[in-house]
Amino acid sequence: MKRVGLFITCVNDALYPETPKAVVQILERLGYEVDFPAAQTCCGQMHANSGYQEDARTLARSFEEVFGGYDAVVTPSGSCAAMVRDQYPHLTGSGLGARVHELSEFLLDVAGVEDVGARFPHRVTYHPTCHGTRALGLGDKPVRLLRAVRDIELVELPAADQCCGFGGTFALKNSEVSSAMLADKCRNAAATGAEYLAAADNSCLTHIGGGLTRAGGPRPVHYAEILASAA
Amino acid sequence: MSGSGEGGAREEILARMRRALSDAGEAPEAPREYRRALDPQTDVVAMLIDRLLDYKANVHHGVEAIAEALDGEARVVVPADLPREWRIGGAEFIPDGPFATDAYLSTEDLDGMDAVLTGCAAAVAVSGTIMLDAGAAQGRRAITLVPDRHVVVLKREQIVGHLAEALPRLDPRAPQTWISGPSATSDIELQRVEGVHGPRRLDVVLLED
Amino acid sequence: MSARKRGTAVPTSAAPASAVVPAASLIPADAPFPKAAKVALGMPQLRKNLAHATGTIRAKRAKVAGELDDWEHLRDSAAAIKADVQHRLPELAIEFERNAIAAGATVHWARDGAEANRIAVRIVREAGAEEVVKVKSMATQEIELNEYFEAQGLRAFETDLAELIVQLAEDRPSHILVPAIHYNRTEIRDIFDQRMGDAPAGLTDDPAALAEAARLHLRRRFLSAKVAVSGANFAVAETGSLVVVESEGNGRMCLTMPETLISIVGIEKLLPRFEDLEVFMQLLPRSSTGERMNPYTSVWTGSREGDGPRDVHVILLDNGRTRVLEDEVGRQALSCIRCSACLNVCPVYERTGGHAYGHVYPGPIGAILAPQLEPGRHDDLPYASSLCGACYEVCPVKIDIPEVLVHLRQQGPHAAGEQAAMGAAKAVMARPRLWRTALRAARLGSLPWRRKGFVRRLPWPGSRWTVSRDLPVPPKEDFRSWWKERQR
Repeated sequence: MKRVGLFITCVNDALYPETPKAVVQILERLGYEVDFPAAQTCCGQMHANSGYQEDARTLARSFEEVFGGYDAVVTPSGSCAAMVRDQYPHLTGSGLGARVHELSEFLLDVAGVEDVGARFPHRVTYHPTCHGTRALGLGDKPVRLLRAVRDIELVELPAADQCCGFGGTFALKNSEVSSAMLADKCRNAAATGAEYLAAADNSCLTHIGGGLTRAGGPRPVHYAEILASAA
Repeated sequence: MSGSGEGGAREEILARMRRALSDAGEAPEAPREYRRALDPQTDVVAMLIDRLLDYKANVHHGVEAIAEALDGEARVVVPADLPREWRIGGAEFIPDGPFATDAYLSTEDLDGMDAVLTGCAAAVAVSGTIMLDAGAAQGRRAITLVPDRHVVVLKREQIVGHLAEALPRLDPRAPQTWISGPSATSDIELQRVEGVHGPRRLDVVLLED
Repeated sequence: MSARKRGTAVPTSAAPASAVVPAASLIPADAPFPKAAKVALGMPQLRKNLAHATGTIRAKRAKVAGELDDWEHLRDSAAAIKADVQHRLPELAIEFERNAIAAGATVHWARDGAEANRIAVRIVREAGAEEVVKVKSMATQEIELNEYFEAQGLRAFETDLAELIVQLAEDRPSHILVPAIHYNRTEIRDIFDQRMGDAPAGLTDDPAALAEAARLHLRRRFLSAKVAVSGANFAVAETGSLVVVESEGNGRMCLTMPETLISIVGIEKLLPRFEDLEVFMQLLPRSSTGERMNPYTSVWTGSREGDGPRDVHVILLDNGRTRVLEDEVGRQALSCIRCSACLNVCPVYERTGGHAYGHVYPGPIGAILAPQLEPGRHDDLPYASSLCGACYEVCPVKIDIPEVLVHLRQQGPHAAGEQAAMGAAKAVMARPRLWRTALRAARLGSLPWRRKGFVRRLPWPGSRWTVSRDLPVPPKEDFRSWWKERQR
């Protein structure tokens, strides 16, 4: 199996082209044939988590139509992978989740690669996003990949396991609480003195980065982009 | 006696439960893969002592140490069936209980006691827990509660490693008190402070043989 | 360990006390969560106290839970035992009743809080008493027993230290386990000094001194009380026994000294067998106070001649629980053993405290329990979570709180504007071509901000985002064009 489907996620589709580009580069370097089905849109997570189950079901069905034919689907998002794996069985009865892999899962568990041959001579701290860590159980997989990057200086993020306060519509509905959580995350990120704050989800990075451009601190970056940086 | 007749509350609640569960089916049997004992090479006595000290309880060894554990307290209440050989030292031992001529002490009398000396039913090493179940040498619950110092005599064979080993040793229908250290509170800033309403001092006398 | 025993830190404040302002008087109980939370967020001392206390207890819990290599097996068993209890609730309730009666207890059933309160008051009057001492109990808070007693001319004295603090301050509890978690030692000293009546002169803010003051204050009352009111942590069907887990000995005092004991017990507290305590009594203390075992656990079965209360009553309480039972996803909330581990790890609770939730059950468990116990109220609580999942991770009975939160969100109601926005988003996302058009439109529409790279300020409702975060703008070239280019 050397052909994989790429699910870039709606957030990256709209805002962050560099992340899926990085995923393509990493996978191709490892000899995979990457396929980007253009009919993809959104996994339905926002609708599902906001209480719009029927809408989420519609989007889940579209997702299954687009990606059902692949033996493996790779996505640079812990929360979208968790959505497909945890919620689709309830929404549509789909078992597709077993074939949808967050990037680090795919690299370590399927491709069996820890060192992707990257070099990134910068000080980096890592925020383990909640859905990736808890719902998907990524553990330290992204960090293991980052540790193998040449010349990187990884520094611990204080209170790393604390949510950044994004939570999808939570950031709007409970804007004040979300902002208080974000303020703590930004303070901890700044305290590391890192140049970059990496994570496995650009939605969370949108939130943290949106705070960091005001408060000052490391630049947000999806860890895939670090892994894609040439040696 | 049941006071359940009030306006049919009992029947209505049971009916609500049954209605709520009408298509619930049966729950699968609970898995029980947790430990029921510690590793056999564990030194349960050492572990128990470690836990007791961690709780700020005092630990003494041998029957003659009972006097030392009582630490000069003058008036010591004991269950009426407390072994004679444990009543040593200079204290006055005042029995409480339904045996022979001994009557229950009044609350006021109990409040005037300096300490209480009892045995126990079991002890759990991993959590440092002493268990009373109103059995031999333990007396009623009030006597181990009102005095400010509790001295417990614990025999080696009463010590088990794990909670699951201790429960079968208790009389499940008897009034039980499980004691893990002296009374304490963490209600102020989550900082543990020993000594509130229960005995503020707990002494355990270990009889090794 | 107390500061006094360590011989460190001479207490700082024998200074004149500032007047006690109960937190509950500042944080509106019936306001929507976001509004109440905003008030709480603006109270720096409250936030400091909460962060300190939750941080302390989180570390303790993690340490003692980590000591057990079979922790996950225990959680699996506990979750399954509780699920079994829910499925067999009628049978277990009847079994409990039969065994408790056989052991000399009187068993009452109460459809709701008002009925439970009426039964309790009748028992107190029959005992010829005008006051009761109380063991900390969530069920009695839920049914507002103290308030009802007061209205009936009876007095209920809380004896748990934290409950005493809250009662003296005329405040409301803000935490399931540590109701006064929002106060620091200095504030507690001030409350005792001003409201206790018999606080020792020169009382300091050393926790040991404060505990001593509470001991002296309550001692007479314990020894003379005729009636006590308690809840229960567990009710064992097989034996008809009740279990109360506590630390201070106030529970033992209440359960042992009075002639009459009234225990108000939610029907979900049942356990099938005495042996099941080997699971729950490992999980509960480690999850709640972060101890290997709590100082005192009392187990009693009916009454026993010459040992403890002679007149023992159990009031089995429904109060919405059978309605929760109807919902096959939501009913797992009935597995809760009130350890409050979920509160302590919740990033929302840590910042707002319990009052903002407007219900006796705050935090993540409250966010799924309150709206189910009182349908139509607290509809905003399922949204008081970022779905970070920290609660599920620590829950000793494996309640999938995020799952239930999402489930409850599905039941609405949803605001019209939000429905329209979600509907539109779905309509676009369900049609790939429309989605691509929308992305293109967004790229064009954001042209004015392209150079800067982000938007700093948006009108409402976008202002809810930009109040604290910049919003990135779509890139000049998206992934799709790059991909198309490459394919050629």
